[in-house]
Amino acid sequence: MSDPINLIANWLQGLLLGLGLSVGLTKIILSFVGAVVVATIGMLTVIFLIWLERKIAGRIQDRLGPNRAGPYGLLQPFADVIKILTKEYTTPDGADVVVYNIAPIMAVASVLLIWAVIPFASTVVGTNLNVGVLYIMAVGAFGLLSILMAGLSSNNKFALLGAFRSVAQLISYEIPMVVSLLMPVIFARSMGLVDIVEAQMPWFIILSPLAALIFIIASMAEVNRAPFDLMEAESEIVAGFHIEYSGMKFGMFYVGEFLHVFTVGALVATLFLGGWRGPWAEQYPILGLIYFYIKTFVGYFIVAWVRLTVPRIRIDQMLDFNWKFLTPLSLVLLIITAVLDRVLVLVNSERWVYSLVMFLANILIIWATVEVLKKTTSKPKRKEFPMRPVAMAPETSTSTEPSS
Amino acid sequence: MTGMDSLFLIFAVITLISAFLVVTTKNLFHAALWLIMTLFGVAAIYVLLNAFYLAVIQVIVYIGAIAILMIFAIMLTQRVMNPSGRIFNKNWIIAALLGAFMFIGLVIISMQTGASKTTLPQISGQLDTVSELGQALVSPNAYVIPFEVASVLLLAALIGAIFVSRKR
Repeated sequence: MSDPINLIANWLQGLLLGLGLSVGLTKIILSFVGAVVVATIGMLTVIFLIWLERKIAGRIQDRLGPNRAGPYGLLQPFADVIKILTKEYTTPDGADVVVYNIAPIMAVASVLLIWAVIPFASTVVGTNLNVGVLYIMAVGAFGLLSILMAGLSSNNKFALLGAFRSVAQLISYEIPMVVSLLMPVIFARSMGLVDIVEAQMPWFIILSPLAALIFIIASMAEVNRAPFDLMEAESEIVAGFHIEYSGMKFGMFYVGEFLHVFTVGALVATLFLGGWRGPWAEQYPILGLIYFYIKTFVGYFIVAWVRLTVPRIRIDQMLDFNWKFLTPLSLVLLIITAVLDRVLVLVNSERWVYSLVMFLANILIIWATVEVLKKTTSKPKRKEFPMRPVAMAPETSTSTEPSS
Repeated sequence: MTGMDSLFLIFAVITLISAFLVVTTKNLFHAALWLIMTLFGVAAIYVLLNAFYLAVIQVIVYIGAIAILMIFAIMLTQRVMNPSGRIFNKNWIIAALLGAFMFIGLVIISMQTGASKTTLPQISGQLDTVSELGQALVSPNAYVIPFEVASVLLLAALIGAIFVSRKR
C-alpha cells in the first residue's frame, strides 16, 4: 500500500498483457494513460488553484473572498467553469482563423509538457530525461510562441502591442533563468531532474539561496504575473494579447497562466526545496508525493503573495531590472559558484563544509550587491519649487496678457 | 518495418511538407510558423537518433530564439494581416534547378559512401551523452579550439553590437 500509483500501473499492465497485447504496445498504452492522467490532474488542480488564489487575494486585501457557493466557497470555481463553457465563441473579422484557434491550445500544452520530466515521488516520474533542465527551457519557447500567435492573428492593435511586449520580456528574462538553473546542475553534476532531486542532501536553497531567488523572480516574469504583467496591462493596452478571445478560448489562456504558476512552484520545489525528499519518503513513495505537493504550494504561495503585494512596473524598469541587475548578478553568482565548486572538490571537502562555504559565498554576494547598490544608485533628488500663489491678482496678469 | 522506421517516416514527411510550405505560402507569418514546424520535425528526428541534447538545443536555439526573432521582424516590417506581392521573383527557375542538383548530388554521395546501407550503431543505455559532450568540448585533444574560437566570435559580436548601438 506504500506505492498505490505503481500498484495501479502494474495491475493495468497485467490486465493488458492478459488481453493478449504485445509488450511494446502495452508500454505505449501505459505511457498514454500516464500522460492523460497527469494532464487531467494538472487541469483539475487549476480549478482548486483559482479558488485558492481568490481566497488568498481576499485575505491579503482584507476581505473574505468567495464564500457563497458551497463550504468556504469551494464550489465557486465550478460555477465559473460552467459559466465560461456556455459563453459564445467570437472570432474577430479579419483574424487568421487557424492560428487564432491553435494559440490557446498551445498556451496550455506548453505548460503541461513540463510535467513530463518532474519527479513526483521516488518511483513516480514521467521520464528521466538526462537534459531535463534544458528541456524545461525549450518547452518555454512554445509558451512564448503561443502569445505571439495570439497577438498576431487577432487583427487587433492592442493584441499586437501585447505580443511586442511579451517578446521583449520573455526573451530577456530567459537569460537569468537559465543561469540560475545552472546552479542546481553544478551541485548535482547532472541536468536530469531525478538526479537533481536525489543529490539534494541539504536542499539546494541552503546551498544557493540567491539562485533560488533569481529563479523565482525570472519565473514570475515568464508567467506574466504581476508585477511583470505588462503584456496584459488593463489600464494601458486593455487586455493585451488575449483581448479578442472569449469563452473557453480565453479560459485556456487563463488556465495556462494558473497552471504555469503552479508549475513554477513545482520547479522551485524540485530544484531548490528537495522535491519529494522528506522523512520516510523513500520507503513510502506516497509520502514523497505529499511532500512534493506541500512544497509546490509553498512556491505557489510565494508567487501569489508577490503578485498581490507589488504594483506593476513600467516597461523600461522591467528591462533595466533584467539587463542591469539580474543578468550581471546571476553571471557573478555562476562564476563564483563554479570556481568554489572546483576548489572544494579538489581539496576533497566534506559535504557539510561544501554546503557551508556555498551558503556563506551566497550571503557574501548578497551583501556586496546591497552595498554596491547603496553606493551607485543616487536617490531621486526632490526638485525644490519656489512657492507660488495659486491665482494671480488681475493687475499683474494684465501686463503679460497679449493685447487682442 | 519497425516502429522506429514508421516514426521516422512520419516525422520526415512532416518536415518535408512544412519545408515545402515555407517557400510556397503567401503569408509571411504563416511561412515562419511552417518553418518552426520544419525545425521541430528535425528535432524529433534527433530524438529518434537518441541525440536528446541536440534535439533540445535545436528547439531552444532555432525555435526559441531564431524563429521568434523572425516573427518579431515580420511584425515590425510587414502588414501581416493582408499580404500582398508575389511569392517568387524571376530567379525561381535557377533556384529550383540548383536545389534539384544539390539533392541529386547528395543522394549520389550517400549512395557511393554506402551511408544509405549502414545501420544505426547501438549505444549502451548507460552512456551519459551530455557529460561526454561536455568533456569533449573542453578537452585539448578534442574540440577545445573550435569551442574557444566560437566563444571569441560571439563575444566580438556582442561588443560590436554595443559599439554600433552606442550614442555618439
